[in-house]
Amino acid sequence: MARRSDLRAIPGFRALTLLCLFVLYAPLIVVTIYSFNASASITSWEGLSLRWYWDVFTGPESGKFKTAAANSFLIAISAATISTTIATLAATGMIRTGRFRARSLSFGLISLPLMVPEIVTAVATLIFFNAIALERGLLSILIAHVVFCIPFAYLPISARMQGIGPAYEEAALDLYATKRQTFTRILLPLMAPGIVSGYLLAFIVSLDDFIITNFVKGAGVETLPTAIFGAVKRGIQPNIMAISTLLLGLSILLVTLSWLVSKSDTTK
Amino acid sequence: MQTKMPETSSQNAIDVQNAVKRFGNFTALKQISLAIADNEFFTLLGPSGCGKTTLLRIIAGFDEVTEGSVRLYGEDLGALPPNRRPVNTVFQSYALFPHMSVLQNVGFGLEMLGSSSTEARECAGRMLELVQLSQFADRRPGQLSGGQQQRVALARALAPQPKLLLLDEPLSALDLKLRKAMRIELKHLQRETGITFIFVTHDQEEALTMSDRIAVMSEGELQQVGAAREIYERPRNRFVANFIGDTNLLEVTVDRIEGARATCHLGGGHALSCEAVDGVREGARVHLSVRPERLFATAEPAGPEALAARVVETVFTGTGITSIVELEQGPRLTLRSSNSERGNRRVFEQGAACFVNMEAGAGRLLID
Amino acid sequence: MAAGAVGGSSASSTYREARGWLLLPAWSVLLFFSLAPVIMMLVYSFLTKEHRGGVIWEFSLAAYDQFFLDRGLFGDEPPRIQWTYIAIFWRSIWQAGAATLMSLAVGFPTAYFIATRPAKARPLWVFLITIPYWVNLLIRTVSMKFLLREQGPLNDFLLWTGAIDSPLQIVNTNLAVQLGLFYSYLPFMVLPIYAAVERYDFALSEAAADLYASKWTTLRRILLPAVKPGVVAGCILVFVPSLGSFLAPDLLGGARNFMIGSLIEEQFKGNAGNWPFGAAASMILLTLVLLLLLAFARQQARAERRS
Repeated sequence: MARRSDLRAIPGFRALTLLCLFVLYAPLIVVTIYSFNASASITSWEGLSLRWYWDVFTGPESGKFKTAAANSFLIAISAATISTTIATLAATGMIRTGRFRARSLSFGLISLPLMVPEIVTAVATLIFFNAIALERGLLSILIAHVVFCIPFAYLPISARMQGIGPAYEEAALDLYATKRQTFTRILLPLMAPGIVSGYLLAFIVSLDDFIITNFVKGAGVETLPTAIFGAVKRGIQPNIMAISTLLLGLSILLVTLSWLVSKSDTTK
Repeated sequence: MQTKMPETSSQNAIDVQNAVKRFGNFTALKQISLAIADNEFFTLLGPSGCGKTTLLRIIAGFDEVTEGSVRLYGEDLGALPPNRRPVNTVFQSYALFPHMSVLQNVGFGLEMLGSSSTEARECAGRMLELVQLSQFADRRPGQLSGGQQQRVALARALAPQPKLLLLDEPLSALDLKLRKAMRIELKHLQRETGITFIFVTHDQEEALTMSDRIAVMSEGELQQVGAAREIYERPRNRFVANFIGDTNLLEVTVDRIEGARATCHLGGGHALSCEAVDGVREGARVHLSVRPERLFATAEPAGPEALAARVVETVFTGTGITSIVELEQGPRLTLRSSNSERGNRRVFEQGAACFVNMEAGAGRLLID
Repeated sequence: MAAGAVGGSSASSTYREARGWLLLPAWSVLLFFSLAPVIMMLVYSFLTKEHRGGVIWEFSLAAYDQFFLDRGLFGDEPPRIQWTYIAIFWRSIWQAGAATLMSLAVGFPTAYFIATRPAKARPLWVFLITIPYWVNLLIRTVSMKFLLREQGPLNDFLLWTGAIDSPLQIVNTNLAVQLGLFYSYLPFMVLPIYAAVERYDFALSEAAADLYASKWTTLRRILLPAVKPGVVAGCILVFVPSLGSFLAPDLLGGARNFMIGSLIEEQFKGNAGNWPFGAAASMILLTLVLLLLLAFARQQARAERRS
């Protein structure tokens, strides 16, 4: 194309970009390929097979994984629902109520879980639950997840809300709608893509979390990541690669969905 | 300020009294008083930032006055929220709800007022007929052209039969041809519905074409209120003379005022006579505004006040011919004649000597 | 329109009266479960440890004393500086720094390349870069370990090409941890730099080229200063989570390449069972990170004022 004297093109940068993508994707692709390995050993390749996927669902460890998966999904759905609701209300409070003094303070509070290193959050949450004598189990995991899901849900929702000018709501008020009607009939439908996007991100973040869950879960309560970590500590087994591939596929599916939804913008 | 102080009367659609609006340190409106009559097509005209949209938003209920009051048919609007005012707005961006069909958009106001959804739909259907968009009832606003969206926005704002319709630069997003057609259509709709229109624009041509009366605004103040013709031909001050149409501003000293006539002279001593104006006294140094189309050049003086000049530039502009001439004592004037056998008195070559004549009553003294 | 923009009514305030109610859930959840725990952690770091986890509610400086001072095996020698934990922190900083530099070396050209694609293609490129971030960090780290291990695909491939004679021992080295961190947080480097380069006005580069600057000079003297805030943001976003990471050092580094994350985890989940010490180490880590973020915020504010 415009090779001759394109100012912007810097030699080697394309190659480094491809290297970057290679580094990002190679491990995932390798694990995906090996999850279809027929061999019982992870070192030798003996041809394609769905054997280890079968093993995940029916093998000796399937019970453990099924319980862990059920816990993971239960927590992820609940945490995403609660945090998205909180984030939607907060975004409305931040972006649709004019200027106020506590605004940057509120924003700092909302993004606090993003700034504190995960291990510190994990320690702090564990200590806090210990101090208020909250029994460690599904509830403690859920609370911890809601907290760190809030900023992830908040960001796409607030981005969307900032993109919607005030004119739609003014038009509704002008046409005799009450504020409540304006909120439910105009703002929420217009916000839908942002809310769906935020919900999906919160869901993935909750589903993926290991460190905080590992700290606040009670003995014997496992989610998929903690169960996988426990298994990996005893060595990488082929069935772990099958589970990993399933989770990886799910994450990619949800992120793609979230991306496509947030791209569909009816207000432009 | 204005030529006539507005009188408070229940006949007026809108009575704004001493309205002040401040945003923090910024004063958007400085003590505005304005009366708009029932059934009037009234335009707020001014450059961006002059406060016209702020005034409109106050009438709509989106902003509150800091001081002063606004009455609608004699009733103080106070802090009444927009959804309790019988006033509807056509937004600059149209603000059509993208997740609703055209019909749902038009019926929204009626539904909110408590009509059943069948009633709302029927009435919305009639409104769509009025703006000739019935065949698009089930489309989404995003699938319509800009001009069609504009008409849907109009239909939506008119459907609840408001006492007052506010239009915030509704034509600014349309291309020139469509804009011109819409001007006529808007004027027609206003006559047909009998609703008072308040129209905000920065486009003087738009204002002149449609309005019964115009208020020219600048920096939060009313500069002049009056009919289109009055504002064009009898501008009060330099801002109005400059903002509406093109004009020549001549610095003059007023020598004598006798009744309705004033005599003044230019820097070089040329005497000119014109209409006297309230607020301009004898001895004042002020500006005289003369529209270019009311000046004409001749080879010999056409009257006693003709000014000797030399042609600097002659430009053909299609519909007319514009000449720039330089008077002997310095100031330059722009002359315009129409490109027709009647209007085109004489075109002078560049550098030619000529005399510039003013039509009777063309000069207007400005108060600042 | 314009008057509104000038006057500042452009910020929508439709739900002004409901503000308190709208923000209440977020405030209460975050104050109670995000801020309060950090404060409680600070309190715990000054309490007395109970063996096998938990605390005794008795004030004690033992945790910080243990972190910074060495009083000998029986605690009766004159105090000397305890280097063990400082060394772990230092190693963490070093590892995180190395990972940051690696990310910068690959991330900057990538961000630049993406930002100079046609506007329509950019979102897709950005999306490709972000996808891996959303894949479970544990799974990514395990994948990395699987790829790098002695009999793994990387060594198989290198042996097959003949580039090496015997398998490389990468897992359980510092390099493996650096690679793991690099891989974990690379998207964080690309995104802010991309945003900065995308905003950059290439007419400036054209002007420089017109004034006889070479491509590299233009990049170094014109573009780089303009996108510096983005570069700094990227470095912070990689460095901070790397510093406190647990999975990469734990799975890829082995016992000899202990980092802060593992040290802290050990106090709560492992055998050490010293909660006040774990809380103290977490406080020190948090302080480091907050200082870094503060410096970053000031730098960004300065950059904003300049432009």
